[in-house]
Amino acid sequence: MSDVCIIGIGIHPFGRTEGMTGMDMGVAAARAAVADAGLDWNAVQFAFGGSDASGNADTMIRLLGLTGIQFINVKNGCATGGSALFAASSAIRSGEYDVGLAVGFDKHPRGAFDPIPADWGLPEWYGETGLMLTTQFFAMKIRRYMDQFGISPVTLGRVAEKSFRNGALAEHAWRREPVDLETILNAQMVSDPLTKFMFCSPAEGAVALVLASEKKARELGGPVIRLKAAAMRTRPAGSFEVFSPMLDIARGGSATNIASAAAFEKAGIGPEDIHVAQLQDTEAGAEIMHMAENGFCKDGEQEAWLAEGRTEIGGKLPVNTDGGCIACGEPIGASGLRQVYENVVQLRGAGGRRQVPGNPRTAYSHVYGAPGVSAVTILER
Amino acid sequence: MAKRPIAEGLFTDEAEPRLIGGRRLSDGRIVFPMPSGGEAVFYEPVPLSRKGTLWSWTVQRFRPKSPPYAGPEAFEPYAVGYVELPGEVIVESRLADVAFDRIHSGMAMELVILPFTSDPDGTIVTTYAFRPAGESA
Repeated sequence: MSDVCIIGIGIHPFGRTEGMTGMDMGVAAARAAVADAGLDWNAVQFAFGGSDASGNADTMIRLLGLTGIQFINVKNGCATGGSALFAASSAIRSGEYDVGLAVGFDKHPRGAFDPIPADWGLPEWYGETGLMLTTQFFAMKIRRYMDQFGISPVTLGRVAEKSFRNGALAEHAWRREPVDLETILNAQMVSDPLTKFMFCSPAEGAVALVLASEKKARELGGPVIRLKAAAMRTRPAGSFEVFSPMLDIARGGSATNIASAAAFEKAGIGPEDIHVAQLQDTEAGAEIMHMAENGFCKDGEQEAWLAEGRTEIGGKLPVNTDGGCIACGEPIGASGLRQVYENVVQLRGAGGRRQVPGNPRTAYSHVYGAPGVSAVTILER
Repeated sequence: MAKRPIAEGLFTDEAEPRLIGGRRLSDGRIVFPMPSGGEAVFYEPVPLSRKGTLWSWTVQRFRPKSPPYAGPEAFEPYAVGYVELPGEVIVESRLADVAFDRIHSGMAMELVILPFTSDPDGTIVTTYAFRPAGESA
């Protein structure tokens, strides 16, 4: 079986772009990724792509070129990008193909998501009475975690402060202005204990990655960045998920726990071997909890990690070097691939002012979403 | 004034109403709400404890989008939490009769049925909530 390499990356800046559909952004990202690989569209043998709310990805071939390739649409909520990447990777690893594309894009209206209960197998009253909000779930998950493990509101603020500081250094980020800790902590409360600066917003954007077999990557002569693992998992019993009218008293692990463990096992390395990580930060609490759920620290250690700046760009384990979802916003279909894009930038040493020092060789990405899905990748240069 | 619950089968109609959960016939696992549709045959309805302790909480500070939200246009922030019903299940609920700055995990809570909104004909639509136990009954 061939190792799988990422040979081209393309992004359409996140945020708001008037006059462009989500799919337009997907096309722009796909063209950029193919050009970055030094190829033209004719060389792409297959694609997996998707969006949550911006249409059928395979429609893009009308603009990219009618070359007759296999193009499979993926729709898997927050794991859409990760699932497309997993599928594309498998197609190359199996030997079926040499060069393919994974693409994700989206464009959401302003404000919180407005899910329909039936889509999630839930009764109407759950939405009608105002219980079906992602923001409430995030707030209650971190509230419980803070009570259990002694995480303070200041630590939540430090996460958001870092996000905006890093986002200011990333060309593709949406929020490009630093915000100071005081402002973050004293801002309007959205869902206690989370203020408005601690949440990401639904947004717009697109990312595409060109994958190739190692043999093909070497022929093309670029830096060889291997996708050592891509794992997507669903929730185990007793997990705490968004849109849950009930929880079992016997508590269990999370989709993140098992996706992370599976990815580390495939890659043959552990959390201590990772040099840079992009972790789902739908809000500041999520980044904190995901540090532990992915095995990078023990529950409660985040308080010291943030105070000591260990997740800063120059720290022991830089986390969310482009500002993550908090600075980039969350176009559902594109968000997971943005993390991989950023990791490739870092492993190429092309991060400019946000470049992780010390020549990082390993990079980790993690997404989490409803109704309890997680996708993890590990890259190695 | 006429009243109706926001959904049938959500809570009992008795002097001290209880939420209606489901007990899975195969293993006794308790879920909330009682499953409907094809899944219902695997469960029997079971009234849940009226009392429990607060497991986690937040405050909803902005009006949720409609649909699905069906509350009154005039919006007042409301508290939401998970309440652990001992030996049964942890249920999600609105919280009532408590100042936001007095809410804390571990509080003793009890079920109440409250007016939520009203139909165009004036019928009052009720839903369930938990409030601190033993206060202003």
